[in-house]
Amino acid sequence: MRIVFKTDYMQDIRPWKDIYQLGLYLILLVVVTTAPWWLDDFYLGELTNVLIWAIAGLGLMILTGHTGQASLGHAAFLAVGCYANVILIEAGVPFLIAFPLAGIITGIAGVTVAIPALRLHGIYLAIFTLALSVLMDDIIVLAEPVTGGVAGKYLGGVEIFGHLVDRWATPDQFFWLVLGVAVIVTLGYINLLRSPLGRSFIAVRDSEVSAQAMGVDIAQTKTISFALSCAVTGLAGALMGLYAGAFNNETFSVVISIQLLMMIVIGGLGSIHGAFLGAIVIGFLPQFLSISKEYVGAVIGGNTVAIPGLEFGIFGMILIAFILFEPMGMYGRWLKIRTWFELFPFYRKDMFKRQKSYLKTERLR
Amino acid sequence: MDNAQLLISGLANGCVYGLIALGFVLIYKATEAVNFAQGDFMMLGAFVTIGLTNTEYMGLPFWLALPLSLGIMAVFGYLVDRLIIRRLFGESQTAVVILTIAIGFVIRFVAGLIWGHEPQTLQNPLAGKEVRFGGLVLGMEDVAVIVVTVLLTWGLYVFFSKTKLGLAMQGASQNQLAAYYMGIPVKRVQGFIWALAGVVAGIAGILFAAKGSVDPTTGLLGIKAFAAAVIGGFGSLPGALAGGLIVGVIEPFASRYVAAGYSQIAPYGLLLAVLIFRPHGLFSQVRVKKV
Repeated sequence: MRIVFKTDYMQDIRPWKDIYQLGLYLILLVVVTTAPWWLDDFYLGELTNVLIWAIAGLGLMILTGHTGQASLGHAAFLAVGCYANVILIEAGVPFLIAFPLAGIITGIAGVTVAIPALRLHGIYLAIFTLALSVLMDDIIVLAEPVTGGVAGKYLGGVEIFGHLVDRWATPDQFFWLVLGVAVIVTLGYINLLRSPLGRSFIAVRDSEVSAQAMGVDIAQTKTISFALSCAVTGLAGALMGLYAGAFNNETFSVVISIQLLMMIVIGGLGSIHGAFLGAIVIGFLPQFLSISKEYVGAVIGGNTVAIPGLEFGIFGMILIAFILFEPMGMYGRWLKIRTWFELFPFYRKDMFKRQKSYLKTERLR
Repeated sequence: MDNAQLLISGLANGCVYGLIALGFVLIYKATEAVNFAQGDFMMLGAFVTIGLTNTEYMGLPFWLALPLSLGIMAVFGYLVDRLIIRRLFGESQTAVVILTIAIGFVIRFVAGLIWGHEPQTLQNPLAGKEVRFGGLVLGMEDVAVIVVTVLLTWGLYVFFSKTKLGLAMQGASQNQLAAYYMGIPVKRVQGFIWALAGVVAGIAGILFAAKGSVDPTTGLLGIKAFAAAVIGGFGSLPGALAGGLIVGVIEPFASRYVAAGYSQIAPYGLLLAVLIFRPHGLFSQVRVKKV
């Protein structure tokens, strides 16, 4: 059992709870930073992929996890970020300027989407964004002179201060680039949650009526949330483009949108950890499945048959299990385990029980 | 004459969209949740019927397989509610949305495992027959689709507005707690509506499989049916049919008269426009909520 004694007001304001927590995350950071020396290139690539997904997840988490606006269309913003980045680089803009610009452009795109979407709630917003994601595919094809259409675009490595950063030629440098972006975004996110803006996001999520009563401008808050969320997603999209090398209209399909939302649900809505944990599941599930298929094939003695759609089937089942048994996701489960240890003999089953709300419709008939 | 032909084929397609949208609306009307797996329910209904009827599977007579597969779909719909959805009673809408998307993934996967990924057509007694009507050539299937859809929508509409159970369902959706106090078995009503949605999906699937071919990804058609349901306004049964018809008719006309590439955008563009300008559909049922 461990109790944090608060002796100073600064303790409430600091982003970390106590020195142990800070130390733990610093150790984690060091371990991950040194990954290129203790991981082979294949798994380093996978880890990079996980980090990129995590950044995209953080982007969606701002909107869905902390502002409570479910979006089924974030792949559209991945696409915007990716294409903006590539087009700027092709126009001769150095990567270090093109990359943040891609984020800003995607953020502006998010605002233009947010303004009509402000009137929509819950499922209507989900359907709106879903349609947006479907449309993005066609828009990319139609805007062929800019986007390359069905043929797509190709992006080799980029140069940063004369260093080549490329997924295949220099995987180490590429990994550090992605890690750097992930760390910066995460730190920004932590600080956002401590700021009045982040608090008003959470207020809007929990109850729009009470948030309004407390003086939060709902429309403005939602718009800013859209902008930040899309900007971060755009950065992830730019990195995804770099990672994939070649991409076209089908790279950022509706399926990616849905996968992204599912990922943060599995990880745990409303927590920064959730984006990373969910990304680990998404990133390593295909590898895990192919390894376990080989293993099962070896045990049974049969040949390893490719089962189409297996990945999504398993993914769906994991998701159903999580929503039914652990709606707070992997991070929620971890919180329960940790609380159990921290309070050792005093943990009670209903400590995390949620308030149920019964349905009242807004329809008249 | 050409346009009339386009109109008829658009109407037949629109009826299928309308039927899927009807499934959305049923569940939305009674539980205020949206079943994102409704398209996959339809695909499953089609495959169950194919599995029962087609000669390479069980080869049952068509008219015997029909009630059988609808029964299976009813049980399936009920079980989905009983085993999965009901546990989320009292949680947010978004959780149900994500859950049903996941159910859709699983249904697609299982259907692929059982029936394979090749497109298949339902062998049915109407296949190949035509009706000539003043120079128009209509497939029997198209006629069947239109007739069945109109009858079904009318039947469900009467059911919801006239019968005791239908009114109980509306009550259950408007205020669960109050409905409970009034003696409406809210949970049983919810189970019933999911079974009903399963049957509607089954009918849609059978008609769809008779008209064209199905494969496990056919369920993605559900996204177009969303457009139908939203245009009609979630919560209105005739609206769902009207929305389906609008989407169905726009498609062939757009692909004929609008440049390639722009035509498939039409239904989604319409969806976005409706959501932006009339967020609760053309047949709106929502007024501003007073606190």
